[in-house]
Amino acid sequence: MSGGSSRRQFLAAGGALAGTALAGCLTGGGGGGGDTVKLGVIEDRSGNFALNGTPKYQASMLAIEELNEDGGILGNEIETFTPDPQSDNQRYQQLTRQAIQEENVDALWAGYSSATRETIRPIIDENEQLYFYTTQYEGGVCDKYTFSMGATARQQLGSVLPYMVEEFGSDIYTIAADYNFGQLSADWVRVLADENDANVIGEEFIPLSVTDFGSTINNIQEADPDFVMALLVGANHTSFWNQRTSAGLNIPMGTSTVMAQGYQHKRLDAPAMANVYGGFNYMEEIPTERNQDFVDRFYEKYPDAAYINEEAVNNYFSIKMYARAAEAVGSTNQADIIEELEKGMDVEAPEGDISLQGPVHHMTHNMRVFRCDDEHNITVEDEQSIPEQFLSETVGCDLTQETETTQYTPADYYEEADATTE
Amino acid sequence: MNPLNLLFQFADSFAFIVLSAVGLAVIFGMMGVINLGHGEFIMVGAYGTTLSSNAGAPLPVAMAVGVVSTALLGLVVERGVISGAVPNWVSERVLGRPVVEPLYDRLLDSMVATWAIGLILTQGIRILFGNSIPQISTPLGNIEYAAFSYSTYRVSLAFVAIAVLAGLYLLFTRTAFGVRARATIQDADTARSLGVDTDRMYATTFVIGSALAGLTGALYAPTLTVVPGMGSSFLVESFVAVVVGGPSVLLGTTLAGGLLGAISAFFTNLYSLFFGRIALLVAAILIIRFLSGGLTGFVEDLRDRMEGS
Repeated sequence: MSGGSSRRQFLAAGGALAGTALAGCLTGGGGGGGDTVKLGVIEDRSGNFALNGTPKYQASMLAIEELNEDGGILGNEIETFTPDPQSDNQRYQQLTRQAIQEENVDALWAGYSSATRETIRPIIDENEQLYFYTTQYEGGVCDKYTFSMGATARQQLGSVLPYMVEEFGSDIYTIAADYNFGQLSADWVRVLADENDANVIGEEFIPLSVTDFGSTINNIQEADPDFVMALLVGANHTSFWNQRTSAGLNIPMGTSTVMAQGYQHKRLDAPAMANVYGGFNYMEEIPTERNQDFVDRFYEKYPDAAYINEEAVNNYFSIKMYARAAEAVGSTNQADIIEELEKGMDVEAPEGDISLQGPVHHMTHNMRVFRCDDEHNITVEDEQSIPEQFLSETVGCDLTQETETTQYTPADYYEEADATTE
Repeated sequence: MNPLNLLFQFADSFAFIVLSAVGLAVIFGMMGVINLGHGEFIMVGAYGTTLSSNAGAPLPVAMAVGVVSTALLGLVVERGVISGAVPNWVSERVLGRPVVEPLYDRLLDSMVATWAIGLILTQGIRILFGNSIPQISTPLGNIEYAAFSYSTYRVSLAFVAIAVLAGLYLLFTRTAFGVRARATIQDADTARSLGVDTDRMYATTFVIGSALAGLTGALYAPTLTVVPGMGSSFLVESFVAVVVGGPSVLLGTTLAGGLLGAISAFFTNLYSLFFGRIALLVAAILIIRFLSGGLTGFVEDLRDRMEGS
């Protein structure tokens, strides 16, 4: 933290009056050395993404509480800045500026959707703010100040798609949400299909506002694939599962989006999610002792919580990871902590033993294939450690050597991913 | 293109458009009040249904609970905000004068007020019941034909939509209530001088419109995801249908549902869901641009011209 407590009090009292301009001048970017630690956790607890954001907030608070019980970071109790951005990207921008310029947070966890991340990333980069993005996402963000803690599409789909090809056959039909994330994930399905000698025989992109899936179900029946890759997003698309069940569409479906984020298997009446296979780094049903212990601690703190989703656990372990890096450096200087994290780090996460790939700011995750049966029980069908590969191997991003803030897309590197060449 | 696919998809879109719009159309057409909280009224109906079904009620009973709870909500909103009768009753006793001017025929003011009510409902439901509640599954199974199948429930909603429209037609044309209600809309002062309790007419109409929104929520609760923000997924279809339908609400909603449902189903079936949505909105823009009175305005023009010639 860059100032003593007297300046903090001044800022706290005067922030509202003095406004952002003055605070911005005082702090600049980066943050200096100091004693107190303040973490910003900006996660949605109302609006569209409240369902996904609430567990992220709760798991973050659990991590901070556990750290504080252990003496905090650098011997100081952790302070927090935790406003509710209400799933509104404009509020995200405003709160991110406030977190950096007025609250002087030492590290920031913020945002569920890729759209939100891309909205605030310019502010993060401009202020050289250490930032953790924890949602599973399309991948490709090579950014000096951003640590992407979620599994990428290549990791998630790379665990489930080869399994589906092996089990059910090689004809794939993709249905994907019609925006940045869904389009890029569909590109990855094509790349991975090619690598696994399978074919994408049909593709349909579905606007986020769509709630009626009669025609989609008919299209799938017409194409008659061996399995469907369903990359659906949001509450409207959740209606697909009830509708496909009531229409009697029984083809197995693979996914990288449902269940582990929006816990549809808990919310929908069985058998809506029967025979859905997901490639995720986390679901709360993981039957290991370490995970069960984590789940118990979580529900002890939040007895009424709905589910621990993939993103929540990513917030949890990355806050612990940040604490270790700060202890190793001996200060909260953000540039030093980034340098420390870039050396890589082994992490004992609830999902298993995983590691940070320093040069690309991503995680090697312990990926599992989870199956939902017709009574909505979750079983683990496959488990393997999968590193981030697109940036580290294909693109050759190395943030220890070069400071950049780019997002790379698969279409620039794979012919199969470039839909325009077909 | 399989013709049965097209037929079922048409039935599905027709039902969705008509049921989305009908409650809004009644309130707008009869009272000149634009209920921007319409989607949230539908959401309340869906919550009433899902919660009572989860509590063990059979689906038809649960749906009735959804309709009744939305109708009660409509009564509270009408008395408390739209007409201001309750706050005025209080203020007349405290201050000796009314403080609220009713929102009838004040389009913009009614939009702001009902939008705010919608926001309160969404967040209120979220605070009360959390981000999600256990969902109910779709009854009635499926219709199978060749390699295809379609949800029986979704298709049968088209028949419910037609029944609702027919019921409303009878209510507003064949009953004493319907005559009084239409008299109130055409000329409230004259109706009042003839002994019609116009205040009560407005309240009843708003409650009927709310109950219809509740019915839509109840009917879609087993087939859509019931979450606090679900109201917004009905808003586009409902407003497009009301605007395209034009001044005569019942006929307008029927025609709009038929035309827009056909366009949406055809383009979705031929190209994709994305083009289905685009085609629906383009059709709406063209109709608004070239038929300023909407479909029923156009029908009336035609009739006048034929009678004149």
